[in-house]
Amino acid sequence: MQAIIEVGYLLATISFLGGLKFMSSPKRARIGNLIAAIGMILAVALTFLGEISASVPRINLIIILFATILGIILGKRLSAKVEMTKMPQLVSIFNATGGGCAMLLGLVEANNIEVVTIALENQILLIAGLVTGAIALTGSIIAERKLAGKIKDKRSKAVFLFSRILLGLIISLPILYFFGIIPISFFLFTYILATLAMFYGVIFVLPIGGADMPVVISLLNSITGIATAFAGFVYGNKAMIAGGIFVGAAGILLTLLMCKAMNRSLMKVLAGKFKKNSANALEEEQLIREISISETALLLSISQKIAVVPGYGLAVAQAQHACSQLQQLLEKRNCTVDYIIHPVAGRMPGHMNVLLAEANVDYSCLKEMEEGNEKIKEYDAVLVIGANDVVNPAAETNKDSPVFGMPIIRVHQSKKVIVMKRSMNKGYAGVQNDLFDLENCSILFGDAKNSLQDIVNQLKLI
Amino acid sequence: MEYITQNIQEIYFLIFCIFIGIEVIANVPAILHTPLMSGANAISGVILVGAIMLMFRVEQGDYINLILGGIAVFLGALNISGGFFVTGRMLKMFGSKNHK
Repeated sequence: MQAIIEVGYLLATISFLGGLKFMSSPKRARIGNLIAAIGMILAVALTFLGEISASVPRINLIIILFATILGIILGKRLSAKVEMTKMPQLVSIFNATGGGCAMLLGLVEANNIEVVTIALENQILLIAGLVTGAIALTGSIIAERKLAGKIKDKRSKAVFLFSRILLGLIISLPILYFFGIIPISFFLFTYILATLAMFYGVIFVLPIGGADMPVVISLLNSITGIATAFAGFVYGNKAMIAGGIFVGAAGILLTLLMCKAMNRSLMKVLAGKFKKNSANALEEEQLIREISISETALLLSISQKIAVVPGYGLAVAQAQHACSQLQQLLEKRNCTVDYIIHPVAGRMPGHMNVLLAEANVDYSCLKEMEEGNEKIKEYDAVLVIGANDVVNPAAETNKDSPVFGMPIIRVHQSKKVIVMKRSMNKGYAGVQNDLFDLENCSILFGDAKNSLQDIVNQLKLI
Repeated sequence: MEYITQNIQEIYFLIFCIFIGIEVIANVPAILHTPLMSGANAISGVILVGAIMLMFRVEQGDYINLILGGIAVFLGALNISGGFFVTGRMLKMFGSKNHK
């Protein structure tokens, strides 16, 4: 039996890796997901079958089965109902559950230690898993609340001070404990540490700005992975170590990618800092050109190659379906439509792609920033919908601008740019957009969804 | 020190996992980053394996640990099922081809 279980864990590890590997192409990604899920079922089922024996109290078995079935049903329900715009919130919730599981695992294991003593190294690993799990649990819950707009950013000095103190305690207390300076039972100690870590999770996410959420979600995801890997070490289970490390790697990679796309260091994001341009606050009068719906429709009707640069504003206005309608109409007129997507468009990595895929936009039309920038001069017209900072040429030309250095989509190099905006309000960075001054840029004011629908109606007449 | 010599295999395994994981994941294109994240999230639910092992070892009548362990199993199962189902749902949308 032991051999079968070991082989099962091996297969599960391979399936996780294979599943992630298959994620590299949209065509095969579904199979990848299925492979990873099968591997997971195998690992869980074999664990259950391997541990089961006549001596196990019946109540334990009932609780395991009941809790598993309840979890599966609830997970399926939550995932079936969620709207794609709310995907970041759901991922945060699932992340919180993973963290919560890691934390509870550590607590229960610590309770058992009173009876069976384990090695000091395992105690350290146990505590590491428990602390990271607790941070991921509460951090993800706060992230979810912030994404839902229920909690505002809190950036007072007290929050920072408190968060430093907590972090200091979480690191120093275990050191003092293992040197025998704190004379309390291991059991009590883990409860204290778990409480501190849960507070730290809250305080750690609180000051982080709304637009930095993609970074935080990725980071929390990786923390959960690391917690799983710690637990894997405690149990000496390779499937858990591998699964945890892969998730940790994915999370860290995405975190760094998001930071790079926003031109901000991880430390600055975590501190909730944003370079304010106080010296540069003098605002120049901008000469903007307005464009009407019918002019836009006319322009699009004579264009051969069009690019759309969507931002989160597109999703807020629920305009992705209207956008896809416009695309279909234009394609009937032998015009190609591409979407150029900035890495931070949306509220989590890759979010905009999912929103557009939901609106039936084929993935072959979705271009990454680099690819779009290479071909930007070929486009007859570029529609910027609900994006602002990511198309600001000041990021490349104006050294004093707070957005300087951020990678942008160079829409200003195309033949004609139409920016759909609700008002002249500034983007998240609060900086003036130099794009609007340029000759080839016009602004179409109004709600993105209504404007797009009006353009569609006009185009049908042309 | 003794711990390291005893667990040297695990440590090798860990290091290989880090490098392989980064290599594999770096190849995922930006369009699939959201499904990658929710899929990875589901994989981190493998901690359920630990929770189940733990539940088998909780003594009879130890109700606090039974309840905490039960919640852990529930959360782990929720993470796995929700993660894989929602990833599947997203990837289904990427598969739909309605033109070309």
